[in-house]
Amino acid sequence: MAKRRFSTKSLGRGLFSIVVFLILWELGSSSKHWIGADFFGPLRDALGAMGFKKTWLPWIGMIPAPSDVLRAWAGVVGDSGYWQSWYKSFLRVMAGFTAAMILGIPFGLLLAVNRTAFGIGFPVFEVLRPIPPLAWVPAAIIFWPTQELSIAFVTFLGAFYTIVINVVGGARSIDVRFFQAARSMGSSRWDIFRRIILPATLPSIVVGSAVGMGITWEVVVAAEMISGGGGTGGNGLGFFIWNSYVGGSYELIVVGMISIGIAGFISSELLRALGKFVTPWLRLR
Amino acid sequence: MGAAPDAQPAQTRGAIRIEDVVKIYEPDGAAVMAVDHCSLEIEAGEICMIVGPSGCGKTTLLNAIAGFHDITSGRITLDGDVLCSTGRPKAEPGPDRVVVFQNGALFPWKTNLQNVAFGPVMQGKLTVREAREKALGMMADAGLAGVENNYPGEISSGMRRRVEIVRALMNDPKVLLLDEPYRALDSLTKSVMHEALLEIYYKNKVTIFFITHDLEEAIFLGHKVAIMTTRPCKPKKVLEVNIPHPRDYGVLTSKRFRELIEETSEAVHEEAIKAFQTGEKEG
Repeated sequence: MAKRRFSTKSLGRGLFSIVVFLILWELGSSSKHWIGADFFGPLRDALGAMGFKKTWLPWIGMIPAPSDVLRAWAGVVGDSGYWQSWYKSFLRVMAGFTAAMILGIPFGLLLAVNRTAFGIGFPVFEVLRPIPPLAWVPAAIIFWPTQELSIAFVTFLGAFYTIVINVVGGARSIDVRFFQAARSMGSSRWDIFRRIILPATLPSIVVGSAVGMGITWEVVVAAEMISGGGGTGGNGLGFFIWNSYVGGSYELIVVGMISIGIAGFISSELLRALGKFVTPWLRLR
Repeated sequence: MGAAPDAQPAQTRGAIRIEDVVKIYEPDGAAVMAVDHCSLEIEAGEICMIVGPSGCGKTTLLNAIAGFHDITSGRITLDGDVLCSTGRPKAEPGPDRVVVFQNGALFPWKTNLQNVAFGPVMQGKLTVREAREKALGMMADAGLAGVENNYPGEISSGMRRRVEIVRALMNDPKVLLLDEPYRALDSLTKSVMHEALLEIYYKNKVTIFFITHDLEEAIFLGHKVAIMTTRPCKPKKVLEVNIPHPRDYGVLTSKRFRELIEETSEAVHEEAIKAFQTGEKEG
């Protein structure tokens, strides 16, 4: 009954755009000119005439070509350290994200249904919310006994605020007629919470989680870079990138970046599938 | 709920008495009178149509009967039991007077069947299984067989209204409170819905308190039509529609129907102009 959004046509378009992107990238990076192959020759001349020096401008030729990246990737794919990095980052994301869901959803619901709780909790929440998760890194390292915990904590913050804000917003915008109808039909306060507020907030929880998941990946990578490897090897994809940079292996930097892209994509797809599963009534729009 | 002291003939439950009701809103200091010394008697089992321009305060009256908010003074009783009155707390909303809302309030996250079965389970009157059985039967009676396992978002708006009316009837109410339920429907769907409503009414015989701004709809459906003044709201003219039930769409072209429209349309039009001039918005 539900229509499949995934058609051969859209798959074809997606593949096409990726292939074109790779070709342009390959051409650009193997060229000795500064912007891609000499497509922009006239532009370059014009800029040069205006007094721009070549060294002031980015040079795609400095970026490793996709073929080199692929070769480097093939080199590390059998390496357990590389997969260890995946595993570590995933673990941190899942730990932080799960904690954010477990704490954020009840907290958001509490703020939404209880005026007193909102009065007490929301101002504090709103002051803490604008602080970027990365600004918490030094404090987190001091506060938490292990580095692992401090990274998980910062990751947690990334998703927590988004989830709470979405839950509060979702629960507060529930149509008053739903409450009136439920009360007319004899629902108790608990029934109203369980059968009206909870399902009506579910779509907002799903949206909040999806956005939160994205932020979680951003945060975990940065936190890994800042906190450094810290003893044991294989310390996350963020550290993998940083390590490659320090070691001068530019191909591996790109391998790390693409790995994060794939990891983030997998997480959001999983979340999207889960979201569709828990909100079946939205599938038909 | 105690038994009604004076048993009515034929239909014995669902008599509403609105006595001298006043409702004043004070949203931000400025008092707005929504209902002004309004009195109206609705007999048990009667279809009473409330006609008035948008925002005249009809819904205020409905909300007071439903128990969603209190009145400033006066008294409303249902079968002799006081719902609201000066100087005492209002009765809580209950399954004896269920509302069908203007834009519909089916729970989108429940299937139609789950929506219909909701009330009796909440009240602890039926188990989930019994409620489902009853709901299936009532939905089939109302021509809703086949959409039980769809979500409300999957069916037409006309169907949705019908599901909502059946959901309300599942609670075995004394009164059905309908707040412009067909407002958003096109006129063709509306005519189908009118006959469907009458059909459901003939089977279930509840008192119906029906708010509308459509005079033809009011005269076609109602035993009684109360034309309300624009804000503040009170009956301007109460009309007994002496067209026998059961009615069908043939009534619309009958001479009697036309006469009744002629008799009342001026009163309605006057109020509409007043409402337009004071620039009242939805309320």
